[in-house]
This record gives sequence, structure tokens and C-alpha cells, in this order.
Amino acid sequence: MEKIITHTGIGVPLRSSNVDTDQIIPAVYLKRITRTGFEDALFAGWRRDENFILNQEAYKHGSVLVAGPDFGTGSSREHAVWALKDYGFKAVLSSRFADIFRGNSGKQGLVAAEVAQSDIELIWKELENNPGTQITVDLESRTVQCGSISAPFQIDDYTRWRLMEGLDDIGLTLQHEDAIDEYESQRPSFKPKTLPAKTA
Amino acid sequence: MSAEQSPQTLAEKVWNAHVVRRGEGEGAARQPDLIYIDLHLLHEVTSPQAFEGLRLAGRKLRRPDLTIATEDHNTPTLDIDKPIADLTSRTQINTLRDNCKEFGVRLHSLGDKEQGIVHVVGPQLGLTQPGMTVVCGDSHTSTHGAFGALAFGIGTSEVEHVMATQSLSLKPFKTMAINVEGTLKPGVTSKDIILAVIAKIGTGGGQGYVLEYRGSAIRSLSMDARMTICNMSIEAGARAGMIAPDETTFNYVKGRPHAPEGEDWDAAVEYWKTLRSDEGATFDAEVFLDADELEPFVTWGTNPGQGVSLSSNVPSPEDFEDENDRQACARALDYMGLTGGTKMKDIRVDTVFLGSCTNSRMEDLRAAAEIIKGREKDPQVRMIVVPGSARVRLEAEAEGLDQIFKDFGAEWRFAGCSMCLGMNPDQLSEGERCASTSNRNFEGRQGKGGRTHLVSPLVAAATAVRGTLSSPSDLANVPVSV
Repeated sequence: MEKIITHTGIGVPLRSSNVDTDQIIPAVYLKRITRTGFEDALFAGWRRDENFILNQEAYKHGSVLVAGPDFGTGSSREHAVWALKDYGFKAVLSSRFADIFRGNSGKQGLVAAEVAQSDIELIWKELENNPGTQITVDLESRTVQCGSISAPFQIDDYTRWRLMEGLDDIGLTLQHEDAIDEYESQRPSFKPKTLPAKTA
Repeated sequence: MSAEQSPQTLAEKVWNAHVVRRGEGEGAARQPDLIYIDLHLLHEVTSPQAFEGLRLAGRKLRRPDLTIATEDHNTPTLDIDKPIADLTSRTQINTLRDNCKEFGVRLHSLGDKEQGIVHVVGPQLGLTQPGMTVVCGDSHTSTHGAFGALAFGIGTSEVEHVMATQSLSLKPFKTMAINVEGTLKPGVTSKDIILAVIAKIGTGGGQGYVLEYRGSAIRSLSMDARMTICNMSIEAGARAGMIAPDETTFNYVKGRPHAPEGEDWDAAVEYWKTLRSDEGATFDAEVFLDADELEPFVTWGTNPGQGVSLSSNVPSPEDFEDENDRQACARALDYMGLTGGTKMKDIRVDTVFLGSCTNSRMEDLRAAAEIIKGREKDPQVRMIVVPGSARVRLEAEAEGLDQIFKDFGAEWRFAGCSMCLGMNPDQLSEGERCASTSNRNFEGRQGKGGRTHLVSPLVAAATAVRGTLSSPSDLANVPVSV
């Protein structure tokens, strides 16, 4: 996973709350079996509207999405994060993220930065008044900078550390494989196994 | 567990019993715990990239014997003996089959009598049991919490992580008690309870929490009904929902193919009986709901929190104080093609969908069949009935339910997720309005431009008779032929 310490790119104001993962990537795009190439699927429903924010020249090449509260609700599909990343987004700012989405983001190297709604409102105005304005997301200082606006953001320590180190999850866990062996040796015998298969 | 330990909630007990390695540090700086996973469920949509990841890294599937796969999300519900017409769907299914073969995973394929929606199949086989940790790359994994299991949806990276390590790095969840006391009126179901809960706490209200549903109204519910409630915990933003296991739970599990037997059964039950929140255990939040007050509940908008009692009206933007809510309401009304103030019961639907991991079990089918039996379907409404699993379909046919649905004019389909998310050909068309027993009324969820009203199986059935959103009590004057 690529290390991220700071990122600067064009901010995209998405004035919607409750942006669920069905909007981020509709289910019809989930049929692919690869891990990349989902950029065309991002917000596919909304992108059919020519006025949609990503269809506007100034925001087309954005890499920092600034969304309303409750971003990433609904389905657990990690494809939502892949689609955002494949499109070119490195960070999403929102005052509240759905848990699964936030977890998925951390694992894929997308920064989910929790910014107070009052600051989001200011950033929206800035981005709308000056389309193409860049935002800097700095994990070191946990701040975002947009024009003259500087705002703190929340991200948990562990996710921040992993993003900054670019660490792979499975490798981290396998360092403790002996603890897993030990736990397994003590599981009660009544716990079910799927194999050999039994059916009614 | 020592007697001096402070009182624990159900969720904490299950969590603590699965800690492989406690995260270092304390308080906010505490790193995630490594949690052991007892059962990993797979389906064709969220697994291919995880298998690909394993292969790329040269890693093995650690515990094929704690893993099971089924085909559900984009399987057809008609002509299942023919090749799947849609190329990408077919590719995904074939990829699952190849992967399961390569990694030694038990798979129930289309046509197999144990095939079906992953959250129907697990409990039905007796693989879902109290006190377990259950995960799946699907947010409705919360369903399995009905057994007192800690069950939650995960993303594909986590699927790969569980495949490789049979564990997950997780931060402890907060706990929220949802107390539902009293007795449900006739015609009111567990679906109405959960829709009312979501409307009360909002689609983000459960965020970061494991919800524990408790109280007399919950205890009186069957396992099928409990699964409906836990299933939709995610729609309140919660990671998981749980119900303490009791005799109802034990009776459901007993005798199922993978239920413990003999001494194992006794040991299991003894342990399961300890799985309840201790007297004096503290929850991080509590919610109270009066079951006596509940009425059939339906959604009017485009998220599951936008619901009202069926007997009331579609809200108007000005009914909301918060500006965001006002805008969300206006947008939802526009999408749904509704005007504020319209009586919910005056809303005419084109389609009724009975199915999904929320409401596709025997009890759901029986309840709907009882309403429609001997009645006539509104001629303009199409009704699609999709059993949750091939076994549910077989059981329903053994009881003659299929004939009741067919006589009524409903389509009796094969098992799968179907129109809940429209990944197969079962989709709504632009502007088509549907009373659906599923779990999400998001824009385009059931098909591009489709309009979804979430309802209980009883409301779905009554709606199919009258053509407008209806409860069984509205059928008093509708004739029944014997």
C-alpha cells in the first residue's frame, strides 16, 4: 500500500448527505472480478446528469471529495472505495462516515477525514466560489487547508499510522500467527464446522 | 470468567470470548484487538478480489472448514437450469466455482437444495449458533445476531484477511440497548419494529454500536422474526444487532444438520445460557419503544429512516426543522414521485416483491399466503415471490404455499437476492413503484429509477390485493372465496 502523509489536489464539493454506497457505485458494477478499473462506475447514476459536479470541467480532475454527513452508508461493498480511488480521489471529507466505509477506506489507502460540518460548509462555499481550488490534507498535523480555511480533522490513531506507513493488514496480523494457533487449540468442540458437509 | 468481573453486556461477552490478542495501549490510543472468526460466509460478489489477493500473495485459506459459500446475489430466479444469460453475472458465478474448487471451500451452487441467500442458508443449516462470531462480505450479516452471535458485514479486504488468518483486527464497538416492551397488535410484525427503530434513531443513529434488542416484545418473537430485526440493524448505521439466546433459539438450532450433538449439545447449551447481558451491565446508549403503540410501518422516501405509520400521510419538507432534513425530504419526494400530505394508503403500486434476506423465510411466506388465500390480486399489480433459499422453496411447496401464490396470480420464483438489489434480471423499470419486503429503498436500488416502499410481508400481501399500500385490516371488506 502506498504511503500517504500529505496530499494536495482539487476539492470537489458534493452537497449531499447520506451518500450511500449504492450511489457511489450502483450494484450493476459489482459483477466484475478484478480489483481495479472501477473509475467509470463512480457515481454512475448521478454522472448521467450533465450538471453533476464531476461533469463540470473545474472539478473533473478533483482528488479530494467534500461531502455532507453520513457518507458511505448502506452496503458494505468495498468497490465504493475502489471506485473513488480509481477515479483519482485520495481523500474524502465528511462530518460523519458510515463505519464499514471508514474501515474499508483505511485498508485501501483512502483518507476518510472527519471534519466538522461547520467547516465543511465553509469549504463548500470556498470551492463553489473558486472552482478548482486545491485542498491539502495533512495526516501529520491532522488538518485540511482550503484557500484561507484551515480546519482540523479526526482520524483514529491506528488508521493514521497505517496510512502514513503504508502497511498491509494481513502481513501485520500474520506476525501474531502463534497467538492464532494458540487460540484455535482451545476452541470448544461444540463449535460447528462447515466440513464435512452435512445437509438435512 | 471470575465472579469479581464487572457486569458485561451480551456483545462484550461474545467479544471477550474471541480475543486472540488484545490490542496494546489503553483508552483512545488502544490498538485494535485481534478477534477470532468462527464462521466465514462467502458469495460471488465480494469474494473474487479476495481470492485474487490470496493468490497474488501466495497465501493459503487458513480454515476451509469454517468457511462456506453460496451463489445468491446475481443468480436468476427463472430458468435456473439454463446458462446465466448475463455475461458478467455468469463470469462472477463461474469465478466463485473455480475459486471454491481451488481453495477447497464448500459451495452450494444454483440448483443445489442448500443454495440460497447466504443469510438464510447459514441459520438453516445450523451453522449459525449463539455466541459465535460470524462475518461475510455483506452488510446484512447482522441477521445472524438473532442467535446471540456477533455477526457483521465486512469489506473485501477484510474477507481476504479472514481467509488468510481466520481473524480480524477490530476496535471494540459501543453498545446500545433497544428496549421493546409490550405486545404487538395483530398485523404488526418485527419488520414494523425495526422500521420504527430506524425512523426513531435515524440511518446514522446506530453508528459505531452493536444494538441489543431486548424486552418482552423481542422475547416473544420467533427466530424468523428476530432475524428480520437484526438483519436491518445496518440500516440504522449499526455494525451489528444481537438478541440474547433463549429456549426459542435453542429449539431452532436443535436437530439442524450442523447443530452440536450429545455431550457437545449439553456443553453448548450450558454455555449459551450464559450469553445475556448481566444485571447492572451498562450500555453506552439506550432506546425505548412501546410495542403496544406500534402500527404497520412503511417508508415513503429513499432511505430506510424515512418511514411513517401506514395510517399517516407522506410528510412535506416543511414538517422538518433541520434544513438538511428538509432538503432530503424534498429530494426524496421528487425521486419517489410523491406529494407531501398524500395518504400513504392512497399510494398505488405496480409491483409487490416478497423476498430478500430480510423477509423470505417460511414464516414470512406463510404470513403472506394466509392473507392472500382465496382473495384476488389487483389485476394491475405484479407480485413476485422469491423464497430465501432452495430449501425454503421446497418446504413451502410441501405446505402448498406455492399453489396459493400461483392461484393468486403471483410469480413463484427460485431462490436468491433477486429484486432486493436487482443484480439479476429482476429489476424495476424507470418510475415503477414497488412495495418491497426488502431492506433498502435507496435511489435505483431495485432498478434504475425504481421507487421502493419498504413493507412487512403482511403489508406486501394486503397491498397486492388492493393495489394501494394496505394493511391486513384494510381487507375486512374484501371477499374471500373458499
